[in-house]
Amino acid sequence: MSRIKEKFNQLKTKKETALISYIMAGYPSEKTTLAAVRGLIQGGSDIIELGFPFSDPIADGPTIQMASTESLNSGTKIENFFSIVKKIRKESNIPLVLMTYTNILYNQTYLKFISRAKQAGIDGLILPDMAIEESKEYVKAAKKIGMDTIFLVSPNTEKDRLKQIIKSTSGFLYMVAVFGTTGVQTKIHKYTLDALKNTKNAAKGKIPVGVGFGVSTEKDVQKYVSSGADAVIVGSANIKIIENTPANKVQARIATFTKKLKNRTRY
Amino acid sequence: MKIGIPKDGRFGEFGGKYIPETLAPAIEELEKNYLKIRNDKNFKKELGRLLIDYAGRPTPIYFARNLTKTIGGAKIYLKREDLLHGGAHKINNTLGQALLAKRMGKKRIIAETGAGQHGVATAMACASLGLKAEIYMGYVDTLRQKQNVFRMELLGAKVHAVKSGSKTLKDAINEAMRDWITNVDSTYYLLGSAVGPHPYPLMVRDFQAVIGVEIKKQMKKIPNAVIACVGGGSNAIGTFYPLIDTNAKIIGIEAGGKGLKTKLHSAPLTAGKKGVLHGMMTYLMQDKDGQISETHSISAGLDYPGVGPEHAFLKDENRVEYKAVTDDEVIDAFLILTRTEGIIPALESAHAIAHAIKISKKMKKTESIVVTLSGRGDKDIDIVKEYLAKNVKNKRKI
Repeated sequence: MSRIKEKFNQLKTKKETALISYIMAGYPSEKTTLAAVRGLIQGGSDIIELGFPFSDPIADGPTIQMASTESLNSGTKIENFFSIVKKIRKESNIPLVLMTYTNILYNQTYLKFISRAKQAGIDGLILPDMAIEESKEYVKAAKKIGMDTIFLVSPNTEKDRLKQIIKSTSGFLYMVAVFGTTGVQTKIHKYTLDALKNTKNAAKGKIPVGVGFGVSTEKDVQKYVSSGADAVIVGSANIKIIENTPANKVQARIATFTKKLKNRTRY
Repeated sequence: MKIGIPKDGRFGEFGGKYIPETLAPAIEELEKNYLKIRNDKNFKKELGRLLIDYAGRPTPIYFARNLTKTIGGAKIYLKREDLLHGGAHKINNTLGQALLAKRMGKKRIIAETGAGQHGVATAMACASLGLKAEIYMGYVDTLRQKQNVFRMELLGAKVHAVKSGSKTLKDAINEAMRDWITNVDSTYYLLGSAVGPHPYPLMVRDFQAVIGVEIKKQMKKIPNAVIACVGGGSNAIGTFYPLIDTNAKIIGIEAGGKGLKTKLHSAPLTAGKKGVLHGMMTYLMQDKDGQISETHSISAGLDYPGVGPEHAFLKDENRVEYKAVTDDEVIDAFLILTRTEGIIPALESAHAIAHAIKISKKMKKTESIVVTLSGRGDKDIDIVKEYLAKNVKNKRKI
């Protein structure tokens, strides 16, 4: 069983929604990334989503764009990323998901990249620009290697398409909460809660449904937990903390913030 | 080799639709609507009228007698897209897509622009059809093409200067896509080149194919060679597509910048590697991790790390030859054409002229070359002036 699946099973028995925390690898440095990861684990995050920067992140809003650019400017290469993952793996068995864009994989071939990622200790992949129509080769390679393929769905994804996406998804399904890019939103829309309900129905309990994009406060977490989300994904809010915190305090601040969010995940 | 409607949006292995899920319904709606109007007589009639009365089609084929004499080889003909309304071939596509958007009931149009020609052509089409236009333009490009920024504003469009990434065309596309993701219901994304997810490369090619169709009609016989410049590749694919199944030698010219041995160029077909960007699989300029490289070209319109998927296909099929010329060669060609014919070409189009000059020398006097002069060069005179001031050794210095 994959680490991700095992985690969701454990949480189910504890009646808890998973808190998935995103940070950008190499932003602003490898050292701070490791500090932030320790903070996330300390604060009780269930799954860590590590971003690998891409030069053209079309699904990301200003905060994660900035983190991508900074990470690339500080010299983050794929080797550095895998080395960060290996370091985390020495300390923890927490499920690790890699979020990046299709070209990063395509460049080395899906099979080669995914096997390298697996070896380093990555459990699942999120590619926001990988449409289901184009995913055959990617999913095949991931299956072969035993890597979870986490697809995204949107509030406007139609029923038949949703079914098709669920078929190719493993680990969890990532429901994008808003029409828009990643980043902090001010309110939770009714269309999002409706979409969550529809997505959960389509998933039929076979695959957990996580909600992300614009989830940043305890209140947001609470609302999605009470609306039946199997996971909540918090990203830009973590990046903002890292941006505004001196390096030596990142671990503690991230831990405090994560703990507050995690406290709201029991249902 | 001539592909009508690409199956699954693929030209051979190239193309496809690598898009965020939020855009999937919009792309599907677009594809459905486009395929419907593609053979719709009324749509064709309406667009045909606009192309004649508003844009100024057909554009002439001009025998460049003086240029031919100066070079001393094959006869060089110019397809004068520079004479179109707005000064470039871009209006062929913007009228087509704006008309489609209107039929789809979309009132808000967004577009990206590099040199500003597509932005201007979008602003014009939207003004004439009563649509609201917002244009994304790289900050660097807004500085080097100030006049076009003001032209767009005069035409009633809102211009957003994009300050992310390399602040050029690719970043303008990123930002336009982010806008589309956010406002997917109300907004039509009017892409300016034969790039992006399916059906854009098909649609843009179809709207630009009028160039090649006219060339075929206007030339007494099929030319020995046809040349066009390639950035995203819309004027080139429009020129080439109707001629694919003829004997003409077809050549696409990329921006060689400061030379292919430097990293300062925009030539993915001649020096790139396959990859995925902006919704398509194609040749890209990228580093060994798959990060998209920053590109360079003296012409803002060719300053793009990718290329339309149909060009990638035609390259791999060996039907079209793709070459690059350097900034220096471009300036030289710009000056030669200006002096011999009294035609100031866009720096983009001067790439094609530069290659025509190179090969015509080696061809017989009875042979012919058609060069698509995709736009006029008024927008570029400051860049040329600056270049000449810095490069005092240039033979043709004024």
